[in-house]
Amino acid sequence: MTQEDTQKLGIVVSGSLNKGVEVKMDSSASVEDMAVGRYVTIDGPKRRFFGMITDITLGVIDQKLTLTPPDVSDPFMTEVLAGTSTYGTLHVLPMLTIGGDAASLLEGPQPVKTVPSHFSVVNLALQRDVELVFGSEDERKFYIGTPLDMETKVCLDLAELVKRSNGIFGKSGTGKTFLTRLLLIGMLQKGTAVNLVFDMHSEYGWEGRNERGQKVKALKQFFPSKVAVFTLDEESSRRRRVSTDFVVRIGYDEIEPEDMVLLRQTLNLTEPAIEAIYQLSRRFGKNWLQSTMEMKDSEESGDLLKELSIHESTFQNLQRGLATIRRLPFLMSHSPDNPVQRILEYLDRGINVVLEFGRYTDITAYILVANLLTRRIHTQYRDRTEKAQGEDTAPPHPLVITIEEAHKFLNPEVAGQTIFGIIAREMRKYNVTLLVIDQRPSGIDDEVMSQIGTKITCLLDNDRDIDSVLAGVMNKSEFKSVLSKLESKQQALIFGHAVPMPVVVRTREYGSAESYKDFIPSEQAEKDIEELWD
Amino acid sequence: MAELADRVGEVIEASTTGFVAQCYELYQSPPLGSLVKTRDLPVELYGIVYNATTTSLEPGRRPIARGKDEASEEEIYRSSPQLLKLLRSEFSTLVVGHKDDDKLYHYLPPKPARIHGFVYLCPPEEVKEFSQSFDFLNILINAHLPVSLDELIAASLRQMCQAYEDRHSFLVAAGKELAILLSGDFNQLKAILGRIKG
Ligand SMILES: Nc1ncnc2c1ncn2[C@@H]1O[C@H](COP(=O)(O)OP(=O)(O)O)[C@@H](O)[C@H]1O
Ligand SMILES: [Mg+2]
Repeated sequence: MTQEDTQKLGIVVSGSLNKGVEVKMDSSASVEDMAVGRYVTIDGPKRRFFGMITDITLGVIDQKLTLTPPDVSDPFMTEVLAGTSTYGTLHVLPMLTIGGDAASLLEGPQPVKTVPSHFSVVNLALQRDVELVFGSEDERKFYIGTPLDMETKVCLDLAELVKRSNGIFGKSGTGKTFLTRLLLIGMLQKGTAVNLVFDMHSEYGWEGRNERGQKVKALKQFFPSKVAVFTLDEESSRRRRVSTDFVVRIGYDEIEPEDMVLLRQTLNLTEPAIEAIYQLSRRFGKNWLQSTMEMKDSEESGDLLKELSIHESTFQNLQRGLATIRRLPFLMSHSPDNPVQRILEYLDRGINVVLEFGRYTDITAYILVANLLTRRIHTQYRDRTEKAQGEDTAPPHPLVITIEEAHKFLNPEVAGQTIFGIIAREMRKYNVTLLVIDQRPSGIDDEVMSQIGTKITCLLDNDRDIDSVLAGVMNKSEFKSVLSKLESKQQALIFGHAVPMPVVVRTREYGSAESYKDFIPSEQAEKDIEELWD
Repeated sequence: MAELADRVGEVIEASTTGFVAQCYELYQSPPLGSLVKTRDLPVELYGIVYNATTTSLEPGRRPIARGKDEASEEEIYRSSPQLLKLLRSEFSTLVVGHKDDDKLYHYLPPKPARIHGFVYLCPPEEVKEFSQSFDFLNILINAHLPVSLDELIAASLRQMCQAYEDRHSFLVAAGKELAILLSGDFNQLKAILGRIKG
């Protein structure tokens, strides 16, 4: 490692554990060189602290200066006043103690329990301090990005990560998809979990595109033997030259009333219409959907509705909703194969499954399929985990299910009843957790949000979204300003169980031949780079 | 040991906080704000010149105007050479520190200067050594003198900076010290800074 010079920023002049400390800047350090989100170390007499800059302010010693400002065209005057009569203040949040006392030397960085004493010196954190805190890559830790203005790696502890459900948030175009792809690659590389990805825009299985329209590789190109691509739209996959492993078709007879509940909002179904679904399924059994759709405007039907006391308008509402479902080409009266069983077979072999939706990016299709498959897979996982516990055998592989547009599954109205709400709340009881991706986190139920272990959030500009993501975070207001100042792309704030402290990163570059090098065996990487020149 | 050429006078009055010296040559007082010293071995006392006077030797007799019939001012002294013997120049200093056994202290010495102690103008190296610390500024700011403190402080810094290659850096550093000492009085700070800049 190259020897770095410490850069002194100033000294601690006041503060508290809850609110952070104020640092009076030295005149040699310029406020304009500072940035919120940067790391500093504070050398107290007994301990060394690691913290983050969360605000920068200007101060004057004598208020007269603000009333009759000095002649700023006089450089001598300005130079003398800088740092003496006028000065910059940094607001720093100490987060960890790193070394100094015996405990932290033995156990590594520890959460802070006190503040540095008066006039402790504050320096810009060195690479090696950051490394000490965010670790280096190993069999559990995956390099996700670099801190602002630094080349050190920030690593996520993926073994810790998959113990809970996690979330990736941010406005559209901020880098959620790219982050998710990286995280999935990490999980595959470290083998911490097997994944099932509901891939709405078909960008995780074989390849995706960046905003310049260039192709970027996805999972199966790096791990051909560890990834299976399932598709709902065979034609689209074929056109994109994706070699698929299985074409998913779902029979009407597999759709249960519970699968419809989540669709209430998207299909505009009324409460009574949902009631009617349950009644019709009791009446028709497994074939309720087909039978209902085929009910003609006949006397016979009228009698049946009367018998079930389903109102005419309710029935029409239901029919309209079901018509939308009927138009989904991957549905048929009876499926020749069992997609749930197929997915489980792959997962059991440790093979990750990406389900592409092809052209069916409509939210109805997405909710229906994700919900239907997840419910059944979760049931299997639950049964098997309980059995394994009873028989003292190995439980099934930890499973991470990735869903996009998460607020559609986890909004307060439905989170209480749906499988996704249940999974998020039961943590890893049955070895299943979620990776939720959303651009509107305020739409997600608060309780579900509070169960999310690690949150990775790109820029959000809506206050309600910011509030919901930061709910329950200590020093929320500090992080609010950090979050709203992120760049519009490829920067994220990460906090929660998988990192020792909240951290702003520039997300690891993804998409160049160079960036793929770490994911694939080296001969392959060289070949790829050479191909670029051909 | 300082050169004879640096000798500028002799102590004729002394107190804990300052001393008055008479110049060997009429009008040869060191400039306002200069750093001077006198010895009472092993102690050396440092003073800053804050005032200079030229008066009649005999307290009761004031000089009278003599140039009415002369063509130039020089002619007055030439036609009455005894005048030079009837006048004397003196300067007053404020003690701002001392050296004891080669160690510098920026505060008052235990004893005042000795009468008839020789007074020397400090050479540039010694000015530099003394001004490594700006603690003397505090003595200046808190002094009660018949001259304006703003003027005196500015003059002493202007004098000292001449010992430095990089005068600007020295003045900025001194300015910063003043900004801290005068944090409650921005107007005074402005007045002094206005007198020392470039
Ligand atoms: N880690 C990254 N490496 C390279 N480019 C990135 C990265 N993150 C984001 N980008 C760029 O930003 C664009 C938007 O990112 P994307 O993940 O598609 O946003 P979102 O899913 O949030 O709408 C990408 O197409 C890509 O060009
Ligand atoms: Mg996206």
